[in-house]
Amino acid sequence: MNLTLHVWRQKNTGSAGRMERYDATDVNPDMSFLEMLDVVNEGLISSGKEPIAFEHDCREGICGSCGFVINGIPHGPHKGTTVCQLHMRHFKDGDELFLEPWRAKAFPVVKDLVVDRGAFDRIIASGGYITARTGSAQDGNNIQIPKGAADSAMDAAACIGCGACVAACPNAAAALFTGAKISHLGLLPQGQAERDRRALGMVAQVNAEMFGTCTNVGECEAVCPKGISIEVIARMNADYLRASWKDRGARKESGE
Amino acid sequence: MSPAAITGGSGGTLRFFESTIFKKAVMASTGAILFGFVTAHLLGNLQIFVGQDRLNEYAAMLKSNAEILWGARSILLFCVVAHIVSTIQLLRVNRQARPVAYAKKNNSHSTLASRTMYYSGPTIAAFVVYHLLHFTTGTLHPEFSQADVYSNIILGFQRWPVAIAYIVAVGLLCMHLSHGVSSMFQSLGFSHPQHTPRIRRFARTVGILYFAGFASIPVAVITGILRAPIVHL
Repeated sequence: MNLTLHVWRQKNTGSAGRMERYDATDVNPDMSFLEMLDVVNEGLISSGKEPIAFEHDCREGICGSCGFVINGIPHGPHKGTTVCQLHMRHFKDGDELFLEPWRAKAFPVVKDLVVDRGAFDRIIASGGYITARTGSAQDGNNIQIPKGAADSAMDAAACIGCGACVAACPNAAAALFTGAKISHLGLLPQGQAERDRRALGMVAQVNAEMFGTCTNVGECEAVCPKGISIEVIARMNADYLRASWKDRGARKESGE
Repeated sequence: MSPAAITGGSGGTLRFFESTIFKKAVMASTGAILFGFVTAHLLGNLQIFVGQDRLNEYAAMLKSNAEILWGARSILLFCVVAHIVSTIQLLRVNRQARPVAYAKKNNSHSTLASRTMYYSGPTIAAFVVYHLLHFTTGTLHPEFSQADVYSNIILGFQRWPVAIAYIVAVGLLCMHLSHGVSSMFQSLGFSHPQHTPRIRRFARTVGILYFAGFASIPVAVITGILRAPIVHL
C-alpha cells in the first residue's frame, strides 16, 4: 500500500520546525510503524537527504522510548499500543498521515519527532523511589499485601514513562504520569514511610517544570499504551492534599 | 529517558497555596457550594408553576432577614471570585504549557462539556451579571416591580430575545455542571472503580434535568402556559 506522510521536521531545539510531505510507497502491512519509517529513511538517505529522526529502543512496547502523534492521536489510532507495536495493517492504502512530536513546553524538541523527556526524570528524582535498601528477594508473603492493593499498584507500575499522556492532554499536563508513579509506591507497604514526602516532592517538581494542569477531561487514559486509569490522578490529589495538611515542615521532620 | 538530565528536587520549595492541586481543590469546593446554590435556585424558581402568590411569598421570605440574605450573598460572591481567580491562574499555566499547537489533534475521548469549560464559564459569569441586573436590581427590566417577582418573570420572558438568551445561558450552565459535578470529586482525590461511573452518570443527569427545569420557565411563558400576571395596584 501507498501512504502520504506529513512529518514534522525540526533541525534542533532552537530552530523553527515545519511539516514536510513524503510518500511511503509499497508499504508492507506486516511492518510496524517504525519499520515503515525505517524504509522511508533508507530512501531519504540514498537520495542524499536527512532521515527523519525518531526515538526507539526495544520495539516491543515495553521500554517507553518511542512515540509520536499520528493524526492527532499519540501512538496512533490503535488502542493500548506504542508506535513500535502499531502495525501498518491498521491503515488503508492512500491514507494521509500527520506525524508530530509530543507537543509540550516541558518536552522540548531535540530533532524532528524526538523530544527531551528529562522533565519526567526530574519528577522521578523528586520522590519516585524508596530510600530503604530492599536487599535480596523476600520469602513469599513475608510482607502481607492485600490482593486489591497489589493489583492496583501493578496497574500503576505498568507506566513506561513514554509521555503520551502529556501529548494527549489539551493542557499538556503530566498528571497521569505523576499519579501513576505516586500510586504504584503509595499503595504498597514499602512505599508508606515516604508517601507524604513523595507526593509533596513530586507535585512540587511537576509545578516547577512547564507542564499544564489537569482538567479531568480523560484524554490521557484513552491513549495510554498501558491503559492506566485517571484514578491514579485522584490518588495523587488525595495524597498531596493530605500530605500538605499533615506536613510539619522540614524542621520537625529532621528532629531539630 | 535521558539520564544525563536528572537533577531532581529543584521544585522542593513549592508552597501549598501556590500548587496547582490546591487551586483545583479550591475550584472543586467552591464549585460544590455554587452547585448547591443552583439546586436551591432551581427549586425556588419552579414554584412559579404553583402560582403567583406562592412565588412572591417565597421571594419575600428569602429577603425577610437582611443578615441571612447578605450572609448568603457574601458566601456566594466569595465562591464565585475564588472559582474564577483559580481558573485564571490555572489557565495561564495551561496556555504556556503547549507553545506550538498540533497541526492535527484528535480529542474524541473527552466530552464536549469538559473541553469547553473555559468558554462556558466566562459566558455563565457574564449571564449572571445580566441576570442580576435584570431580575434582582431591575436595572435592565423596563417593567420591574420590587415585590412582584412573578410579574417580573412573565413580563421579562415575553420578550422572546430575552427568553432565548436565558435558555442558551442555562444550557451552558448545565453543560458546565455535567462536567463539574463529577470532576470535583476527582480534584478532591475521590475516585473509585464502581462509584466514579455512577457519579459521572449523576452529573450528566443533573445537566439534563436542571436544563429542563430552568428552560421550562421561559418556554412556558413564550408558549403561553404561564399566563400574564394579575396586576396588584
